[in-house]
Amino acid sequence: MKLLRVALASLPFLALIPGVLFANRIEPFVLGLPFLFFWVIAWTVATSLIMAIVYKLDPHTHEPDED
Amino acid sequence: MALSLIALTFALAIALGLLSRRGKRMDLEQWTIGRRGFGVVLVFLLMAGEIYTTFTFLGASGYAYGRGAPAFYILAYGALAYILAYWLLPPVWRYAKEHHLITQADFFAHRFSSRELGIAVGLIGVLAMLPYLALQLKGLGLIVEVASGGAVGATTAILIGTAGLVVYVIASGIRASAWTAVVKDGLILIVAIFLGIYLPWQAYGGIEPMFRELTATHPDLFTLHLPQGTLWFMSTVLISALGFWMWPHAFAYTFSARNENAFRKNAMVLPLYQLFMLFIFFVGFAALGLVPDLAEPDLALLAATAATLPDWVLGIVGGAGVLAALVPGSLLLIVIATLLAKNGLALAPAFAGERRITLAARILVVPIAIAAGAFAVFGSSGIVGLLLLGYSYITQLFPGLVLSFAARRSISTAGVFAGLACGVALVSVLAFTHHHIVALLPFLPDELTGLNDGIAALVVNIIVLFAVSAVTQRKRA
Repeated sequence: MKLLRVALASLPFLALIPGVLFANRIEPFVLGLPFLFFWVIAWTVATSLIMAIVYKLDPHTHEPDED
Repeated sequence: MALSLIALTFALAIALGLLSRRGKRMDLEQWTIGRRGFGVVLVFLLMAGEIYTTFTFLGASGYAYGRGAPAFYILAYGALAYILAYWLLPPVWRYAKEHHLITQADFFAHRFSSRELGIAVGLIGVLAMLPYLALQLKGLGLIVEVASGGAVGATTAILIGTAGLVVYVIASGIRASAWTAVVKDGLILIVAIFLGIYLPWQAYGGIEPMFRELTATHPDLFTLHLPQGTLWFMSTVLISALGFWMWPHAFAYTFSARNENAFRKNAMVLPLYQLFMLFIFFVGFAALGLVPDLAEPDLALLAATAATLPDWVLGIVGGAGVLAALVPGSLLLIVIATLLAKNGLALAPAFAGERRITLAARILVVPIAIAAGAFAVFGSSGIVGLLLLGYSYITQLFPGLVLSFAARRSISTAGVFAGLACGVALVSVLAFTHHHIVALLPFLPDELTGLNDGIAALVVNIIVLFAVSAVTQRKRA
């Protein structure tokens, strides 16, 4: 299970290099934004969603918390 | 009018600082890490407070104005840094709590059983934080200068900003930084969203028309190309993400948490929270149409506001900017003073004892602020350049910290020391000779021209760390 969480959390790191190389262009505009700008935003949102899944899968986060 | 509103914002921040300390005994642990009593919300405010600083408010809009697409690195490195926080901060927090550690230098000294390494780490921390503090003061200076309509010169404005920061820090502590961050983030988000929608509409008739027109007039603005190509982007994102939690003040708010789950919860939310930064990029792009050819790109947000909106709006925007500098600036100043007092002066018998160290830390605030103010006045770098220099230094601590948990038996204290020394020396040589690593080592391929200097130094650091560790451990065996 820990391996799955580490693999999930590694995805944004692994996606960044091929993603930026692929997205380094202006066209097509998506949601009114140049493509590279849109891609960085989409990647950021995906990172947050992945971390939410990692959090749900983490047994530490279900323990009761001890201004 | 604008200057009066900015002064009023500053007075309110001081009042909030004084209110936050009511009923708290201001010893070193309370002043520096809030007695490890901060819940998820206060830790969120301190971690999020790091997103919306002068660096973002003026630096990111200025970078978008002056460079275009390279500014997107600011969004990317934050997201990666929060992933690292999820795994890195809980063990650091547990170790610090178990051993009652207060500063980052304490952590390294204890983890490697070496007081000398603690002193070296403290010095590197101070060296890296001075440009970071200087950029907050530079931002304060720009705000006062623009709000006064140029009546107050840049140097005088930085001096006023420095004096204001000193008063704020001496009057309060980390708890005040956390509570002022509530007001600061609220005000900055309102200002950023308003300007991010209003200015593109004013200049181009909307956000999409702005991008369409800028693509036609500045065809290279929204793609990465040399010298800031994809290699520059990746290596700058990496150095900033790895260094994000190496700042001594990041250790301070890590230690201030009541439990380790605060970091995990915040790692989910913060990548989304930083998306508000998009509006600040929009402001920088809109400024290209409203105030073209600015000599100082960091002025883009303020100049575009002054050119299109009434004086009282500039006052509110300037007030938000003042808070954006005060919160991180105060945290930096508290941590530098504590590092120097607790891990430097405290080694001298004259400063033995908790009360004397606390007093020394508060007195040290003044000379440190003056040094950072001088850096802001005489340094020639822009706001983003100052932060990248700080990151190149502070990220050199990353291998030692991570390996102290992941492979403690395979690294030696001497190896960490030697790696740090080589990494910091290389960053200094590259920074002060204004040479790139490829110019310094001509046998390297030209394709590495965009590589961030800090990454080059980090590679040298890791190689030396393992080589020296192997030699010293073989000798011991």
